[in-house]
Amino acid sequence: MTTTDNGVNVQALLDAREALKGAPEAAQFTWRATSTWKNGVHSTTTIQNFFGLGQEQSHKTKTEFTADHPEIFAAEDNGITPIEYLLVGLAGCLTAGVASVAQNRGIQLRSVTSTVEGNHDIRGILGADSDVRNGFNDVKVTFAIDADASREEIEALVAQSQKRSAVYDALTNPTSVTVEVA
Amino acid sequence: MSQRVTTVVIGAGHAGLAASHFLSERSIDHIVLERGRIANTWRRERWDSLRLLTPNWLNRLPGHPYGGPDPDGYMTAGQVADFIGDYATVTAAPVRENTTVTSVRRTDGGYQVSTGEGDLDCATVVIASGACNAPVVPECAAGVPDGITQLTPFEYRNPGSLPDGGVLVVGASASGVQIAAEVRRSGRPVVLSVGEHVRLPRTYRDRDVLWWMDATGVWAQRYDEIEDLARARRLPSPQLVGEPGTTIDLNALTGLGVEPVGRLAVIRDGAALFSGGLRNVCSLADLKMRRLLAGFDEWAGIGDDPAGFEPTRIPAVPRLRLDLRGGEITTIIWATGFRPDYRWLDVPVVDEKGRLRHDGGVVDSPGLYALGLPVLRRRRSTLLHGIEDDARFVARHLAERLTPRVVA
Repeated sequence: MTTTDNGVNVQALLDAREALKGAPEAAQFTWRATSTWKNGVHSTTTIQNFFGLGQEQSHKTKTEFTADHPEIFAAEDNGITPIEYLLVGLAGCLTAGVASVAQNRGIQLRSVTSTVEGNHDIRGILGADSDVRNGFNDVKVTFAIDADASREEIEALVAQSQKRSAVYDALTNPTSVTVEVA
Repeated sequence: MSQRVTTVVIGAGHAGLAASHFLSERSIDHIVLERGRIANTWRRERWDSLRLLTPNWLNRLPGHPYGGPDPDGYMTAGQVADFIGDYATVTAAPVRENTTVTSVRRTDGGYQVSTGEGDLDCATVVIASGACNAPVVPECAAGVPDGITQLTPFEYRNPGSLPDGGVLVVGASASGVQIAAEVRRSGRPVVLSVGEHVRLPRTYRDRDVLWWMDATGVWAQRYDEIEDLARARRLPSPQLVGEPGTTIDLNALTGLGVEPVGRLAVIRDGAALFSGGLRNVCSLADLKMRRLLAGFDEWAGIGDDPAGFEPTRIPAVPRLRLDLRGGEITTIIWATGFRPDYRWLDVPVVDEKGRLRHDGGVVDSPGLYALGLPVLRRRRSTLLHGIEDDARFVARHLAERLTPRVVA
């Protein structure tokens, strides 16, 4: 029997699951981003610190994300649009899920690529038609996975990754959002 | 053979009868066609407890003020129907009841109006068939599990006619908040799904809030002075009830024990999912109400903060999901708005959203007019007392159009 190595430390995740069953307060995480307006519709958002396991935590490095709009929106296109970041988040989350579930199921991955498409009727954000929503009309993710597994097993991997995906849940289910002026 | 008449008015509600009044004043021969009885909608398509939102002293039709004993009261639906019926009598309006229009089409000389009782040829038509002919129910209603009773305000009569159990009321405009309140008072659990809404107190600084709307001129604002007319025309009806001194905003409803949730987004796998934006739609409604009340104060020369203003209280964690299969909810009431019905109108003047294309009541087809639609010529267009200016204008425009024909 060969050892599966997708680079995911599944044992650590399983241990954490067991440990947190008895310590729900340690499972409460707060993810944070800090955003600053630059000019026009250009802003930068930095992420470094978060809260979890009962204390302040920090990423190894600070990451800066630049958001802007494309030139066809009469903007400078210093970076991707904010709604494209949702695609980044969804792809990253589902891919992490595929790798983790494959590891746990003993499936060796050779390559995982995906294409994420969000269809968006911009009449909503422009206020051109009040019946058109502001967000995506629908999102489609297409995975191409090369692995030591049957098609059925691969489809099951993808299904399970959606079932345990934070970003998939955040996009498909309503979330209470509070926006205040400090 | 068709009957000839100069003008056909479609609908014998307050708008059609006001049109008739001004047409008679100008000696323009006309017929008012009514599918049922005069003021049909008020007689048949309203729930039992409904009262007019405007106080009686404000209710008047051209040449016909309120003459009853209770100027500060609010008419029941039946009293509104009688008020409109009396108006038809005193103006001797040429109404043909029980005559349903099946088609209106252009002819060389004007229009042919077909009815179940024969055809009429006319030069001009005034469409006064109402803005609320059919309830609007969102497409997601198709996902409601079997066994749940679904009603629109057209079918709802009173809480006693509902099956036992909890009620989900979708929509928090006038209809939704009134129904939610009385269903809750009957002892049933009520969940109210709230999207964008218009919050108003019943009284402000000891006067009916509609006194302020009238006195400050808010209602008199002309359609061509409004920055975003499309938005003004689809503004939800205010959270008001025709009960002296009774405010029926969300704070009043949560005080009764109604549970507010966000806008209904979708029904999936037998569960209703609500938007997480409840806080924002409430903040928007609070901000707009505060602005309106501050405007009243400014007009009155009062410098204080708006009196009695309390921000909308919402649950710390509003429910986002409601299982419709678990038995908690047995009835859904779709108070999600109304739309006009122009299926009988065979003239290409209805837009892709089913709305009549018109400029202040002058429809985009020569000799065709509309009355009784939201912000037709003024913000008060759909109110009883708001019809006078609109109907006078339409009658004048229509008469000027006829004049060259008379001269020729």
